[in-house]
Amino acid sequence: MIQTVGLRKSFGPRPVLRGVDLEVAPGECLALMGPNGAGKTTLLRILATLSKPTSGGVRVAGLPLPAAAAAVRQRLGVVAHHTLLYSDLSAEENLQFYARLYGLTGAGPRIAAVLEQVGLDRRRRDLVRTFSRGMQQRLAIARALLHDPQVMLFDEPYTGLDPQAAEVLDGVLRDARQTGRTMLITTHDLSRALALADRVAILAHGVIAFAAGCRELDPRSFAETYANAVG
Amino acid sequence: MEKPSTRLQILNIVSAVLILIAIGLVFFYAPEELVMGQVQRIFYFHVPSAWVGFLAFFVTVVAGIMYLRSGEPFWDRVGHSSVEVGLLFTISAGVAGSIWARPIWNTWWTWDPRLTTYTIMALIYIAYIMLRQGIEDPDRRARFAAVYGIVGFISVPITYFSIMWWRTIHPVVFGSASENAKGTFSMTPPMAVTFFFSLFAFTVLYFCFLANRLRLARLQDRVEKLKAELLAA
Amino acid sequence: MPSGSPVLEADVPAPAVAPQLAGPADRLRHYLRAVGALLWKDLAAELRSKELLSSMLVFALLVILIFNFALELDRSAREDVAAGVLWVTTAFTGTLGLNRSLSQEKDRGSLDGLLLAPVDRSALFFGKALGNLLFIFVIQLIMLPVFTVLFDVSMLQPLLLLAVLLGSIGYAAVGTLLASMTVHSRSRDVMLPILLFPVAVPLLIAAVRASSGVLTAAAWSDLSPWFNLLLVYDVIFVAVAFMLFEYVVEE
Repeated sequence: MIQTVGLRKSFGPRPVLRGVDLEVAPGECLALMGPNGAGKTTLLRILATLSKPTSGGVRVAGLPLPAAAAAVRQRLGVVAHHTLLYSDLSAEENLQFYARLYGLTGAGPRIAAVLEQVGLDRRRRDLVRTFSRGMQQRLAIARALLHDPQVMLFDEPYTGLDPQAAEVLDGVLRDARQTGRTMLITTHDLSRALALADRVAILAHGVIAFAAGCRELDPRSFAETYANAVG
Repeated sequence: MEKPSTRLQILNIVSAVLILIAIGLVFFYAPEELVMGQVQRIFYFHVPSAWVGFLAFFVTVVAGIMYLRSGEPFWDRVGHSSVEVGLLFTISAGVAGSIWARPIWNTWWTWDPRLTTYTIMALIYIAYIMLRQGIEDPDRRARFAAVYGIVGFISVPITYFSIMWWRTIHPVVFGSASENAKGTFSMTPPMAVTFFFSLFAFTVLYFCFLANRLRLARLQDRVEKLKAELLAA
Repeated sequence: MPSGSPVLEADVPAPAVAPQLAGPADRLRHYLRAVGALLWKDLAAELRSKELLSSMLVFALLVILIFNFALELDRSAREDVAAGVLWVTTAFTGTLGLNRSLSQEKDRGSLDGLLLAPVDRSALFFGKALGNLLFIFVIQLIMLPVFTVLFDVSMLQPLLLLAVLLGSIGYAAVGTLLASMTVHSRSRDVMLPILLFPVAVPLLIAAVRASSGVLTAAAWSDLSPWFNLLLVYDVIFVAVAFMLFEYVVEE
């Protein structure tokens, strides 16, 4: 469902991605790791149709990018670094707004359902300004789930969350996995990655330096593997 | 450092020669004008400069459109170089015009349509350059510059008409003289020859400056690329 | 795309919740709903926080105040000058509003949220521009009675309202496009006026001439060229901004 072949991205003269070959099978969850500045966010933005590759092939949800960007967006849910929420609107209003942007009619029941799924149905009328970081993150996930996307991308979703909020997030992600969505999560958190994902890949120096199934990995030696891959 | 290509060197020499001939024509061939005297000779420099200023803007817009369609950095370099060269000619046209105006109109400056529109065009040029300086990402910089160039260019003719419906005392050279337009004169054949040759020489000079500036821009981009590769390795 | 790459299924059925956007009528309805949603979102957020309108209003009043001291006006001069003061105030207040409206989106990163949606980029433009237009127009509507009181000039005339509306439309359209660029640049606050004012000159000239003509009760034959110019400017620049917006917003 996600596939890149020889993906390159340069910002003017500065190369960031130098030939990334990545594949995430349908229903699979991939954890993408790598040092800061390795290009994880850049890669994610390209997959999210927010940025165009300099060269190379990209397919998301079975459609080529950037050609079929509009169609891909309908099938894609993204939880980004910024929450993409409007703090002066309530949780419900935020979801109503996005429902309209995504062309969902009669979305009332759907909105109620996702709010319940992330455990925010009791705060539906509260302004997002009053939410903690953990709650905002959950609402952001609700937003991403609203149009029932086949593919979901998460950019460091655990950043800034206290342990309790992180556990809630775990639950939400597990639920999302169970409904068969394809997921790609960038993270620094090794143990979480191994717990949640099917496969792990390491992005370093603009290429995929390492990739393996989680079951084959030994958590203790992985730290060393990581250090080697990153150089 | 790579040397300028042979074509460029030839262009440099040809433009220099043409300009020298133009200067010769202006001072030795064209007759002295009846009313305004020697000062009128500035006309042969002022109008072609102004024309080139406008041509340069047109080139920038075309380059901008080409860049938006193709994404080729070459077009962005053309647009940028043309703006800088164009600004140079625009300012010199303004200065020359001012020198001409003082003895004729008894003032350094008036708010007449052509002059004012021209000033606004120079301000748009400057705004373009400042916009470029304010944006770091090269792709974004090129895109935004292209967009602003297009917007600016479209506004210029509208600006001209709006000011014209407001007031005018700029000399009408190629039309019939009117009461209001002081400093008008009709051209005799030797003057026409001098004028058109000067126009031609200035146009060639523009392309010469543009080509040199383009070369500089290309070298600059090469340096940036090498720097980036060095830092990344 | 390099040859030999494994081909995944090209046909993924759209989720059940999403509408079947088949016909052009459906797409138009979606487009309009998106524009409406954007407009509603900006208005609702502004009504709750009131930060944009209040700062624009205070700024406008202060500018008018300064003009009052700067230009010592007797009764006859006021009618000539009132139009000019109105539009200078609008120009400055407008850039303030445009800057803040677009930096809010950029700083919170919410522009990405809009770009992620399966919505035409031009819909984003119209939604934003209409919101900005509304803010500018509302401020001017508030200023007109203020002018009437302070300058002792009757500003509440229908033709004047028309001139104000037409001028605001053009300003909001070009302003939204340019502000979308300047939010990414250094010294963004001063960058917008530098880019906008030279391009807005014909609009401001026409707006001032039209307004001034209305206030001095000029004949329609004198007024009509200026109203025509306003209309022409609006049509041209709304079209240009609409077409160029996606190049500004897409990476």
